[in-house]
Amino acid sequence: MDLLLTILIDGAIYASWLFIVALGLTLIFGVLKILNIAHGSFYAIGAYAAASIVGLFAAQKFAPAFSLIALLLAAVAVAVIVGPLLERLLLRRFYGRDEVLLVLVTYALFLILEDVTKLIWGVNPYFVTEPYGLFGDISLGSLFYVGYDLALVFVALACGLGVWFGLNRTVLGKIVLAVIHNDEIAASMGINISKVYLGAFAFGVFLAALGGAFTAPMISVQPGISVGVIIVSFAVVIIGGLGSIGGAAIGALIVGIARSAAVHLWPEAELFSIYAVMAAVLIFRPEGLFQRVVARRI
Amino acid sequence: MNPLMRSALLYAAVMAALLLAGLALPQWLLFLLTMAAAHGVVGLGLIVMMRGGVVSFGQGLVFAIGGYTAGLAATRYGITDALVLVALGGLASALVGAVVGPLLARYRSIFFAMLTLALSMVLYGVAVKSAGIGGSDGFNVPRPGLLGLKIDEMNADYIFFALSTVIATVLTLLVTIYCRSSRGLLSLAIRDNELRVEYLGSSVRAAMTVNFVIAAALGGAGGALTVISLGHIDPNFSYWTTSGEFVFMAILAGHASAPAVFLASLLLELVRSFSNKYFPDTWQLALGLFLLLIILFLPKGVGSLWAKPARLPRRAAEKAKAAAARQRDATEAA
Repeated sequence: MDLLLTILIDGAIYASWLFIVALGLTLIFGVLKILNIAHGSFYAIGAYAAASIVGLFAAQKFAPAFSLIALLLAAVAVAVIVGPLLERLLLRRFYGRDEVLLVLVTYALFLILEDVTKLIWGVNPYFVTEPYGLFGDISLGSLFYVGYDLALVFVALACGLGVWFGLNRTVLGKIVLAVIHNDEIAASMGINISKVYLGAFAFGVFLAALGGAFTAPMISVQPGISVGVIIVSFAVVIIGGLGSIGGAAIGALIVGIARSAAVHLWPEAELFSIYAVMAAVLIFRPEGLFQRVVARRI
Repeated sequence: MNPLMRSALLYAAVMAALLLAGLALPQWLLFLLTMAAAHGVVGLGLIVMMRGGVVSFGQGLVFAIGGYTAGLAATRYGITDALVLVALGGLASALVGAVVGPLLARYRSIFFAMLTLALSMVLYGVAVKSAGIGGSDGFNVPRPGLLGLKIDEMNADYIFFALSTVIATVLTLLVTIYCRSSRGLLSLAIRDNELRVEYLGSSVRAAMTVNFVIAAALGGAGGALTVISLGHIDPNFSYWTTSGEFVFMAILAGHASAPAVFLASLLLELVRSFSNKYFPDTWQLALGLFLLLIILFLPKGVGSLWAKPARLPRRAAEKAKAAAARQRDATEAA
């Protein structure tokens, strides 16, 4: 029983930050039709920025509670600086090109950002310790968890609900949905789709950076953290169906629980389990578990 | 002269020139050329698939299977002939290709890319945790002999260079023959309009499957060639970044011309090793910028610089032109 609970809770914790990252990925795919390999780099940049800003706050002798604000600030800073820069200078030159070619463009971007992060932050690991102790330890039955990890689950829930509400219940969200559905008709209705693209991309970057910033206290921030995240978050959006928020949530939970089940029951299968689930979903439901199947158009 | 004969003679001449030049080249350049040829063979497979309009982001799968097969055959089963090892690697990957090929033939664009990627990562996940084949460290493979002879260390670099050059030339010729056969040309039609091909009575899935199996065999042979020249294999052969480099190479080459992939492969190796030497911390940055520039300014690849699209016979071209003009008039009138 304890084992089952452990697997579920560990899975939920892993799923929480993964969901935040995958949400950005699925949003960028929905609006810009780009499957963004560089998303993992935004995650890494978010984590590094968090390390820097938390360090800055600590140097100013702010109370530790402010370090949470520092994490949020880091993600905002990354989104505001990196998002518009890349969208305006690079991505807009490729809109409408073949989807696979776009994957390759973001692959090139990933290679570039990989080295840029090394140039800015060096190759030594960073540790962001301040926020991690803020919530103390929490016991669930006979199990003990770090409060921060559990708080992350609620952050993920808030992100998911926030994005869902924003998209479905606000005018701005309806505009974005219109662009996702058909950008030409949206443009002819007077929507400035160029701005929507920019905003959606920046928001996607924000979510990736937020995922990175909130995981920074749980890991050592060092080169190479981006590479692993990319494929796992691809797995999440593929399982849930590209462009679907609910799908990303379910996908993150499936990946999280599959991974934690593997870690506890069959450690050799940790990596394998995630990709096996991804391949299985692609084989049986290539549109994702919860997408409606679209008939082939002539 | 028949155009195939002309290509064959041209390839043979280039091969002979390379083999001669190899005698005078320094050791590091020989090794670089060997790697370029071995990786180019894998890229050749991607070109075959790209002609049908799909790009695999998981060519690392067959690359690694070919590599592991050759490595295990050499270390466990005492097979010490380089040619046999390369053939085994190609065969093993072709078998895997024949199993997953029919499945993959249903997929297009991004789903094809993602499923191939997932499959290669499954292999990576398995290989990393399999202690029997060295886990994440992989294992070393001793240098094999060639045609029953032992290769002495003095000439080993040149001999492996010659071996991979010859194998690459032969395989390129075979691929060129395939590409100009009616089945090979069908791929181009599928790329243009799948549905019409089906209405004309050809099976798109069968053609895609064949392409995938050919690509797998080439990937396996390239993997085996890489392993015996490098003397080492590890799970990174199947990691997604390795597959990414192959796609990079294929895009750089373009699908207009099969031999272009070796030029692309060489360029990639050169950029990699030179930026590795002169800017060790920023070689990925250089590679990324290079790739972006190619996509922006040479979207059809370096092969498009010399390979012109096949021209229709003149009368057919005039007819097509007239038909297009008529259609334009009709739409304008409407």
